Amino acid sequence: MKLKGFLTSRWGPIITGLVVGVLAPILVFAGNPGNMGVCVACFTRDIAGALGLHRAGVVQYIRPEIIGIVIGSFGSALAFREFRPRTGSGTIVRFFLGMFAMIGALVFLGCPWRAYLRLAGGDGNALFGILGLAAGIAVGVFFLNRGFSLGRSRPAPKAMGWVMPVLMVVLLILLLAAPLFGRDAEGKAVGPIFFSAEGPGSQAAPIILALAVGLVIGVLAQRSRFCTVGAIRDLMLTKSFHLFNGIVALIVAAFVTNLILGQFHAGFSGQPVAHTNQLWNTLGMVLAGLAFTLAGGCPGRQLIMSGEGDGDSGIFVLGMLAGAFVAHTFSTASSAKGVAAFGPWAVIVGLVICIAIGLTMRERALKP
Amino acid sequence: MGNEVPTESTTADHVTVDARGLSCPEPVIMTMEAMKSAGAGTSIEILVDTATSRNNVMLAADNRSWQCEATEDAEGTFHMMLKK
Repeated sequence: MKLKGFLTSRWGPIITGLVVGVLAPILVFAGNPGNMGVCVACFTRDIAGALGLHRAGVVQYIRPEIIGIVIGSFGSALAFREFRPRTGSGTIVRFFLGMFAMIGALVFLGCPWRAYLRLAGGDGNALFGILGLAAGIAVGVFFLNRGFSLGRSRPAPKAMGWVMPVLMVVLLILLLAAPLFGRDAEGKAVGPIFFSAEGPGSQAAPIILALAVGLVIGVLAQRSRFCTVGAIRDLMLTKSFHLFNGIVALIVAAFVTNLILGQFHAGFSGQPVAHTNQLWNTLGMVLAGLAFTLAGGCPGRQLIMSGEGDGDSGIFVLGMLAGAFVAHTFSTASSAKGVAAFGPWAVIVGLVICIAIGLTMRERALKP
Repeated sequence: MGNEVPTESTTADHVTVDARGLSCPEPVIMTMEAMKSAGAGTSIEILVDTATSRNNVMLAADNRSWQCEATEDAEGTFHMMLKK
């Protein structure tokens, strides 16, 4: 049996991993924060800040990579007749899974994509994050094997599938126009769009480059179903290396590219946008891994599916935006200085809620 | 929710698994369970509604040496016939 098309073959995830692995360090070289060529969690958090959803002044920017990924996926899905608007599968639960995935990822300081990219840049702390990620995925697989399901989605009107892509176009306009018509009491401009003047939010590759890289990743990942959580999940669930090969390719390509660009620095302390509290590096990603697994894929995959018309993935992404608001308003997001005051509490609350979701949602009757 | 469509229906030599609308990796889990419990000569029909699920089910079948033929109907449902 042959699957049609090269990118949907076993080479698809490998090619995607190689391309992401080369392009992400190039984005760092071109201005993005260290080991943050692509980070869906960090970038969504930056977008939340730019929209004024949180007040952490150092992480506010509308990241063109996110816009590109969704629009690239949208275009690819349309071109290959895979644009299928659908919704209705545990929608509100997915919002909170997105929220807690973000809260967990921001305790570690990165989504799975960045965890692998951090490792490929020599950041040893990432090992603990990846360990936690795998543990969280294992808990999710346990629930899946018990019949966990958020229920069936239903086909939706075509127009609904346009919501997330159009939202991304609006973000692009806001990025380019950067409107400042809000005024404070003294008449100074105060938004509505906020861009960091210092810190990681001020470090960015040129818009056109970041957008182009996002588009390329969006197309490739839509075709190949590249998923940084599904990779580990499938290893555990079906012993399939199909997606996992993509992760290996990503790490190897990013490692080599970092070496060539002089961006590989092995060690634990002083790593860019990272801390060395290994307990919470691990547990933060246990929460994220569990939430991503219950929602059916990593944050990049959620962006891709939202571009294909999956309204429930769109809600997950909006839940991540809300998670960024919670993380930076309730002091749960870590920084390079370490874990924040309420980070551990947020992870514990998130784990309790996600485990409760895993135990209670069993829509899929395994036997008739 | 969603259970008005029977998830699985079985006759002596034919099993139908309706995995339409379910998130990754549920269609694959259901396919593997059906392959595991199918007796010799049983044919399995899997229904899914995204190309991703179709490809995943085909890969899972291929990995376990089941033959798989996929067709798409007018409503966009993929029908996959699995035989060993």
